[in-house]
Amino acid sequence: MSAAGHDLSHDHGHDHEHHHKDTFITKYIFSIDHKMIAKQYLITGLIMGIIGVMMSLLFRMQIAWPEESFGIFKFLLGEKFAPGGVMRNDIYLALVTIHGTIMVFFVLTAGLSGTFSNLLIPLQIGARDMASGFMNMISYWLFFVSTIIMLCSLFVESGPASAGWTIYPPLSALPQAIPGSGTGMTLWLVSMAVFIASSLMGSLNYVVTVINLRTKGMSMTRLPLTVWAFFVTAIIGIVSFPVLLSAALLLIFDRSFGTSFYLSDIFISGEVLHYQGGSPVLFEHLFWFLGHPEVYIVLLPALGITSEIIATNSRKPIFGYRAMIASILAIAFLSTIVWGHHMFISGMNPFLGSVFTFTTLLIAIPSAVKAFNYITTLWKGNLQLNPAMLFSIGLVSTFITGGLTGIILGDSTLDINVHDTYFVVAHFHLVMGISALYGFFAGVYHWFPKMFGRMMNKNLGYIHFWITAVCAYGVFFPMHFIGMAGLPRRYYTNTAFPLFDDLADVNVLITMFALVGAAFQIVFIWNFFYSIFYGKKAEQNPWKSNTLEWTTPVEHIHGNWPGEIPHVHRWAYDYSKPGHDDDFVPQTVPYKDGEEKLHH
Amino acid sequence: MTSLLVLTVVVLLGIAVWQLTKIFDLTQIGAKKDNSEIANDNDNNVNGYLMFAFLVFIYLTTIYCVVKFGDLPLMSNPASEHGADYDNLMWISMVLIFVVQTITQALLHYFAFKYRGKQGNKALYFADNDKLEFIWTIIPVIVLAGLILYGLYAWTNIMFVDEEEDVMYVELYGKQFSWEARYAGKDNTLGKANVRYIEGVNTLGVDMSDPNSQDDKQVTEIHLPVGKKVVFKIRSQDVLHSAYFPHFRAQMNAVPGMVTQFAFTPTMTTDQMRNTPEMVEKVARINKIRAAKSQELVAAGKTALDPYTFDYLLLCNKICGPSHFNMQMKVIVESEADYKKWLSVQPLLSRTVSEAKAKEAPATDATVPAVKMETVKVDTTKVVAQVK
Repeated sequence: MSAAGHDLSHDHGHDHEHHHKDTFITKYIFSIDHKMIAKQYLITGLIMGIIGVMMSLLFRMQIAWPEESFGIFKFLLGEKFAPGGVMRNDIYLALVTIHGTIMVFFVLTAGLSGTFSNLLIPLQIGARDMASGFMNMISYWLFFVSTIIMLCSLFVESGPASAGWTIYPPLSALPQAIPGSGTGMTLWLVSMAVFIASSLMGSLNYVVTVINLRTKGMSMTRLPLTVWAFFVTAIIGIVSFPVLLSAALLLIFDRSFGTSFYLSDIFISGEVLHYQGGSPVLFEHLFWFLGHPEVYIVLLPALGITSEIIATNSRKPIFGYRAMIASILAIAFLSTIVWGHHMFISGMNPFLGSVFTFTTLLIAIPSAVKAFNYITTLWKGNLQLNPAMLFSIGLVSTFITGGLTGIILGDSTLDINVHDTYFVVAHFHLVMGISALYGFFAGVYHWFPKMFGRMMNKNLGYIHFWITAVCAYGVFFPMHFIGMAGLPRRYYTNTAFPLFDDLADVNVLITMFALVGAAFQIVFIWNFFYSIFYGKKAEQNPWKSNTLEWTTPVEHIHGNWPGEIPHVHRWAYDYSKPGHDDDFVPQTVPYKDGEEKLHH
Repeated sequence: MTSLLVLTVVVLLGIAVWQLTKIFDLTQIGAKKDNSEIANDNDNNVNGYLMFAFLVFIYLTTIYCVVKFGDLPLMSNPASEHGADYDNLMWISMVLIFVVQTITQALLHYFAFKYRGKQGNKALYFADNDKLEFIWTIIPVIVLAGLILYGLYAWTNIMFVDEEEDVMYVELYGKQFSWEARYAGKDNTLGKANVRYIEGVNTLGVDMSDPNSQDDKQVTEIHLPVGKKVVFKIRSQDVLHSAYFPHFRAQMNAVPGMVTQFAFTPTMTTDQMRNTPEMVEKVARINKIRAAKSQELVAAGKTALDPYTFDYLLLCNKICGPSHFNMQMKVIVESEADYKKWLSVQPLLSRTVSEAKAKEAPATDATVPAVKMETVKVDTTKVVAQVK
């Protein structure tokens, strides 16, 4: 710490000194400080998360107790969407659709990436702020606007978008096909277009910041893995999100201006529509060209966060730093050439199916490397089982469980019979939903002291983790089996098929676990908001971590460091290095004479 | 009432949390007094043991699920020729996954337990090992190479239909929210069709001027002769649907504007499947559930449920609208003779169409449909003769 202290004492040259006082509006609302923007993302993401999870509980209740009347349905959905407290079948689909959209885009993309990329990129690379603070602010406010539009769509008379979060046309294009494809779908598309603009601004900012604003000595091979993950995630976003935007625009054209990009030969409600020559398969290609990389946009930041937390709390260097970077890059590259595995049975040429099977199964290799490296990092460590560490270990666990079933779904042959069944639901919820959520929780517990200068209650954190962990397995593990039994997803009720009657009790069990698991998230929410105001005051470096963010003062200031930006002399993972008294050596500490140098 | 129940649950959960916090607090007694919110030795101990317990929980859940649901009859007894290959590949993958899952979860949670932190302990500085990295790169490569090769072999066999083979063609037609089917007739060629020809009873939009259409038959239930390869030509009228035959390990989307296809050879008649021990057991189990539910229903003054008999089904497995959950068609696999008998009594589409037209047509024009009906009659007898 001596060198860091030395740097900080050099308090000349405050190049970011304020020339004006912050008003409430510039400090808390239209802030251009990356730390405040990170908090804005976090709070917005949390609120959207609460809404998204509530929706899943509503439709889970409908699946477990089909067509029963619930007071809560009547209360939340109203007499129109739930006449007599019984959920309407198109509203069921609407809830499924909006749950997916909110969780994938608003919570796990913006909530996770937006929060931690914004908070950590400048702090961990040693920058005063993002490359463009203004663009960063615009990015948040566009995100905010998109959430508002999405929430407005819930109050449209014909109901919100209900064609599934993948919004395949023609279902999403034709209001005759499902009421939600009217105004609800229009709002969905507008909201997503705004969201994509927000996401692109954020991503561009992250990439530029990482490339240009690293402090002296912070070479790319000394970056913490968090920053590597955010950096690569941003690149994937820049490559793939514009394709979704074009897909959405073409869909808007088809819906509103009579073009036929996706539609052809349609006869609906007694008349032939004029569309000719388009193909829904085109939409599927465009959608999944984003949709698959999106999985990694969600997952990579969580893995980056996990790498950092596992190393810090194991008091050990992350095992195979270079292999970790290589696997992040390999995953990023492969993720852009595997989208067709969502379309094996879409009517696409089966030969393409073979190609996509090949590229898809290749992803298992870098994923396996990552999983094994995490496990090896734990080996012979001195594990500090903080709540953040528990969630990180939990992430590795669900990443393995969920990832392994990918071997089945990525295989075109096996996909034939489990495609669009609950097997898929179980797979992606574990591997990207729960895993990314654990990464999110881990990040919040770990960097809460950095964000709010206070600590979260650890015992509430432990309760939160263990109950969540048990419930997550309880919900998604049995789901694999009902999927293999052939139960299709997105069925309002399974009572139309006596064939599935013996799966009814499994569905009740799953819903029970979901209700309990969701209820215990209140523990987290309470802990979070309570600790913001009344948590124990944090010290500067509570987890004894090596990275630069812990060299900044607890109280947030514009420009992050009061003095000069510290210089970096080593990689981020010199934990328990022989020859040092402490079990951590911050990046700001220069090498001693003759010290073994790693990754310079 | 429900609100009250929910409220009670919430209150109880609150109490549970409060109690759990107290338990965690109590575990702190005896530990060095610190309230820094950073894990101390005691936390590491408690959570280390819980990690181990969680490993046991994962294993128990797995065992419970495999025992309780692992033999769901849908996963055994494939009813098609390629289904055996499919199930084989599934089993290989499942066993592989199971082994990897068991080992890696054990390592992960055991390490988390074994190396739980203790003040004064120092971790091993171990940052790189190329040999280890190489090992766990190359093992997945080899295993995956095997899986990919087997998978692609099976995929090619399933998806690429040899048109030279003796196959029969059946059209599947999806629309909100039902399936229809069309048999190609004696020429084994489906007549052209497009939604623009949809008119009255011609709900599939078959082009009646196409000679190949004349002997086509439209049905609402599929019958298949056992042991004969059937190529399904799949169309949709309005939105995406997916023709899903779970028992035959077959699925293909129905896409408006294009014709997709999937082929399989049924190997077990409906009767044979009904009489397999697994299916007998499953049906008995389902009927027990249905009987119990019926009792409740009758008590509530509603009608009881019908007992369940097994039938192959065609389901829709792509979200297609509000009633997506109830889009199905019965599939019957039977002997060649039974199949021919059934097909022979199905009306010709051309005849149904012309009859409908005749009904609509004004009385003065009566001679025209009469002639058409005659030609139609000839066709029917031919088909019947062929069957005999």
